[in-house]
Amino acid sequence: MLRTGPLHAARAAMITWFSNHPEVVDAIIASLKALVLLFGSVIVAAMLIWVERRLLGVWQDRYGPNRVGPFGLGQVVADMIKIFFKEDWMPPFVDKPAFLIAPLVAMTTMMMAFVLVPVAPGWNVAGDLNIGVLLFFALAGLAVYAVMLGGWSSNSKYALLGGLRSAAQMLSYEVFMGVALMGVVMETGSFAVNDIIAYQGAHHWFILTQFFGFCTFALAAVATTHRHPFDLPEAEQELAAGYHTEYSGMKFGMFFVAEYVGVVVVSGLLTTLYFGGWHGPGAESHAWLGFIYFFIKTFIFIMLFILLRGALPRPRYDQVMAGGWKFCLPLALVNMLVTGAVILANQGG
Amino acid sequence: MEIAFYLAAAVAVISTMMSVTNPNPVHALLYLIVSLLAVAMVFFSIGAPFAGILEIIVYAGAIMVLFVFVVMMLNLGRATIEQEKRWLRWQAWIGPSALSLVLLFELVRVLHPIGGDKHMVGYGTIGAREVGMALFGPYLLAVELASMLLLAALVAAFHLGRHED
Repeated sequence: MLRTGPLHAARAAMITWFSNHPEVVDAIIASLKALVLLFGSVIVAAMLIWVERRLLGVWQDRYGPNRVGPFGLGQVVADMIKIFFKEDWMPPFVDKPAFLIAPLVAMTTMMMAFVLVPVAPGWNVAGDLNIGVLLFFALAGLAVYAVMLGGWSSNSKYALLGGLRSAAQMLSYEVFMGVALMGVVMETGSFAVNDIIAYQGAHHWFILTQFFGFCTFALAAVATTHRHPFDLPEAEQELAAGYHTEYSGMKFGMFFVAEYVGVVVVSGLLTTLYFGGWHGPGAESHAWLGFIYFFIKTFIFIMLFILLRGALPRPRYDQVMAGGWKFCLPLALVNMLVTGAVILANQGG
Repeated sequence: MEIAFYLAAAVAVISTMMSVTNPNPVHALLYLIVSLLAVAMVFFSIGAPFAGILEIIVYAGAIMVLFVFVVMMLNLGRATIEQEKRWLRWQAWIGPSALSLVLLFELVRVLHPIGGDKHMVGYGTIGAREVGMALFGPYLLAVELASMLLLAALVAAFHLGRHED
């Protein structure tokens, strides 16, 4: 009793302090949730290394990595250990500050975009942010600097070509990506992600009314992550490894993981914006059910990303730009105008 | 939010100075990007999130990418850095500094008028809705004029980029 007395008093004092300051408790809980989401997304991204190689194996009629651990799952651990212990060599001819910043930019912008994705009811970081989806455009715009800086600072021709391609590609998809999403924003009447999800729960999934918006946004989203068929900046066959040719060890690892985090984020966003997010039968009352719906929907998009890589050839540089400006931009504009006209007609009637 | 405002403002001023004085063109542009991000943060802290995010998307995300693109294409190298260092002598600072001081004096007088009301900032949040209402309400004429100007620029760019057959 003598030993526990002061401890008890301290505990009681702590409990009363916390119950008098509910905002502190809320902040702690929100931070813990944010940490869980952050680590969850990075772990899923790391697992994708294995998922991608196995799925490509299935589709190309071969095994893929199946030796380490059950189903080859240990391959992720082996790859991680390898990349952590590799020598992190910086070539003497690089521009050091920019060379160091580039992988950091790649990783942080893509991980920050995950704040927008609600994985279950009440489980997101910035769902009520009033600028909402605009934050994704801002981060997608800043993510380009990673590739451009990586390409320029490496001071080699292959890397520079990769960086230049990235800039040109970004200019051709960024514009219609914003326009494509405006249909969803117009129907909801808000940029906030939670409002968009609530609208889809009350009315219909946006894939029904915003089909062309979905098509153009999905194309732009694939281009944002620099995944095949929009992997012109790293095109292995022509540019060695493009913008990260000179990178090694953990700095290359950061580019590598950032790409997979991008895949997770973009799949989550497509689910959230066009396929009802975590909505599904019974999800309102059971949050864990909502998470399962979200996970399944997102995983289907991730598999589509991988299937794209296994199935499509890479278009030429000018073909990407022409496709963006001459096909996707007009389609997105028409989609936005028609959506506006329908909304006006419904209000008038 | 006042601390956030002053921090962001300090970052903006310092990074702008660095972007002027840095002899390496790409590093200078990076400082300019940081400066634009800091200005966006200033917008956020005074309650204008829409203006802030547009600052990032349009300036830091799109326009600066073009700047960096061009500088990367030119790939100027060490000779330019040396040349830039030679140009940045202290005599070059006198004229611009004197003129800027006049502007600074005027700015301080506007912000702190003698015996007048101070301009309040951050009394409410100005989001996308308010900006839209203002642009397509009282400022519709300005929006239309800007769109005509952009159309002219578009036609000119098309003419310049046309292939000679």
